[in-house]
Amino acid sequence: MTSDTWHQRESYSFDRNTIAEIRRAANTGIYRIRGWGAKRVLPTLDDLVFLGASMSRYPLEGYREACGTDVIIGEGRAERPVHLDIPVTIAGMSFGSLSAQAKEALGRGASSVGTSTTTGDGGMTEEERGHSTKLVYQYLPSRYGMNPDDLRRADAIEVVVGQGAKPGGGGMLLGQKITERVAEMRTLPEGIDQRSACRHPDWTGPDDLAIKIVELREIVDWRVPVYVKLGAARPYYDTALAVKAGADAVVVDGMQGGTAATQDVFIEHVGIPTLAAIPEAVRALRELGVHRDVKLIAAGGIRSGADVAKALALGADVVSIGTAALIAIGDNDPAYDDEYRALGSAAGFWEDYQDGTDPAGITTQDPELSSRLDPVIGGRRLANYLQVLTLEAQTLARACGKSHVLNLEPEDLAALTVEAAAMAGVPLAGTGWTPGTSG
Amino acid sequence: MSTAIDLVEVPLRQLNQVLHDAESGGFDVLNPRGAHAVACGITTDVTVEVAGSVGYYCAGMHQVGTVVVNGNSGPGLAENIMSGTVRTTGNASMSAAATGCGGLVVIEGDAGARCGISMKGVDIVVGGSIGHMGAFMAQAGNLVVLGDAGADLGDSIYEAVLYARGEVESLGTDCVEKEMRPEHLAAVEHLLEAADMAASPSDFRRYGSARQMYSFHVDDIDAELAEGPGGTR
Repeated sequence: MTSDTWHQRESYSFDRNTIAEIRRAANTGIYRIRGWGAKRVLPTLDDLVFLGASMSRYPLEGYREACGTDVIIGEGRAERPVHLDIPVTIAGMSFGSLSAQAKEALGRGASSVGTSTTTGDGGMTEEERGHSTKLVYQYLPSRYGMNPDDLRRADAIEVVVGQGAKPGGGGMLLGQKITERVAEMRTLPEGIDQRSACRHPDWTGPDDLAIKIVELREIVDWRVPVYVKLGAARPYYDTALAVKAGADAVVVDGMQGGTAATQDVFIEHVGIPTLAAIPEAVRALRELGVHRDVKLIAAGGIRSGADVAKALALGADVVSIGTAALIAIGDNDPAYDDEYRALGSAAGFWEDYQDGTDPAGITTQDPELSSRLDPVIGGRRLANYLQVLTLEAQTLARACGKSHVLNLEPEDLAALTVEAAAMAGVPLAGTGWTPGTSG
Repeated sequence: MSTAIDLVEVPLRQLNQVLHDAESGGFDVLNPRGAHAVACGITTDVTVEVAGSVGYYCAGMHQVGTVVVNGNSGPGLAENIMSGTVRTTGNASMSAAATGCGGLVVIEGDAGARCGISMKGVDIVVGGSIGHMGAFMAQAGNLVVLGDAGADLGDSIYEAVLYARGEVESLGTDCVEKEMRPEHLAAVEHLLEAADMAASPSDFRRYGSARQMYSFHVDDIDAELAEGPGGTR
């Protein structure tokens, strides 16, 4: 008898991946912890298309006419607003989850195209400060490595309330990555499985947050902007409350947003997709009359210039990338396929950022593995990638007749699915029907 | 001679800027009236006396010098203190000395919930009692409580050391009582002296981490079977 799978039917409910997970759980007695972001099928920005120019719309010359990409955050409140040359930033990722070389590569790449990088749960390193001309300092519940001197060295402060991969959850860094340096920065014993706090220790709601933001501004003498980062859960209400608390920018991170380590059940089942989150955040900003004043930074699964342009057209001012930036500097490189396979994965599938065994030297603290990543080359790759994202976004904006990428608007979009039309608040392609608004 | 700054006449921003720009000296802050973020972010060796009660985050991220609140303090007193001394002569609300990395925080009265939460090296001496969840996830430093401690003291504690003279309502997860050895008696004596408080170190009991939550427990039945009699499954 053959085992020809053409004669066998795989269960939709209990497919091989599900069976493997049940077997893994039965063997270990612990939930699956992994990196990356949501992997299941979700409504995405791919479900939108640009309409482009036509009889009633003038396009701009693709190779000649100017199409601006700059954004200023914190103007009018901070003494030193953040000037970004492109509307794409690098999301918060900690030293500890990433190697020092990876942090340096991110800093080099972002700086060379005039944008910012962000620290993470674990404090600021010299590598990232030294190589980032614009560095956003995250202020997290754990306060690992929190230092007022670093706060003053930052170009902006980002109060992290939540993260798209795990709204309502704290960080996680397993023992194999808690080296002597990481442990010292976080004041933790070396080698423990570190589970960060999920709530801030000294404030408990939006009224407290408003006072906290004043304190942070006072400590830095009102020099730099303050962002508030939210995992996309209730973006309409959370954005409004962040504005009320005094944020200069609100970061909304959809459920496709990545992480270095958390429970798989969190990644796949908590939060809402980026496509659904952006319009809700924009609705809150518009109702409060602060859209384009308080900046919206959209994150979670941004991969291409098309994603950038669509997020901006929906009303975001900036997008933030994490997973895509890691891929740009070498994550999941096919050149390491043999090594990924030796670890039970393969290039293109590698998600075990928590293990510290990354052959590409990015999500690891192992000195030998880390040394494989050349931060100069990694920085160049990231700079090239960011340039492509920007060029693609400009291409689409010009095609829609816009002289600045921030002039893109929902009117430039149509949806390919009813779900995307409802979430984005744009018509289903080929119809005048926007579910929920036009009957 | 101290410089007087009256918060009825001077906005908070101006007060903090004066304190940030000062290289040394003494300052008397008058009429605080529960203001938030008073004397936060001090980086030089100044002495600040606040005449009255303050709101949230007084002396937040304090780095050098001394701040004394002659009254009660709101939430987050001396949060993330790095060094120096902060004292309140009255009570302190929740999250006193939260995430403090160094220095000394003295609360002459009682402290509310989550006193010393996520402390990372600060020394805290409380003359009265503390509320629930004291020293939650405390990583390093010492907490000395002359009175009682509320429920779940030291929940999920790492390497901080807790001393209580009075009754502890309950210990949190992974927090256990430990032996008071001579070095701990000496440590309490030193901290009481630094806080200018009188008590006998031998009256205190010590609490700390059982270190049972430091790592996930992961079973591996397959590996066990593979290594068992017969060698393979």
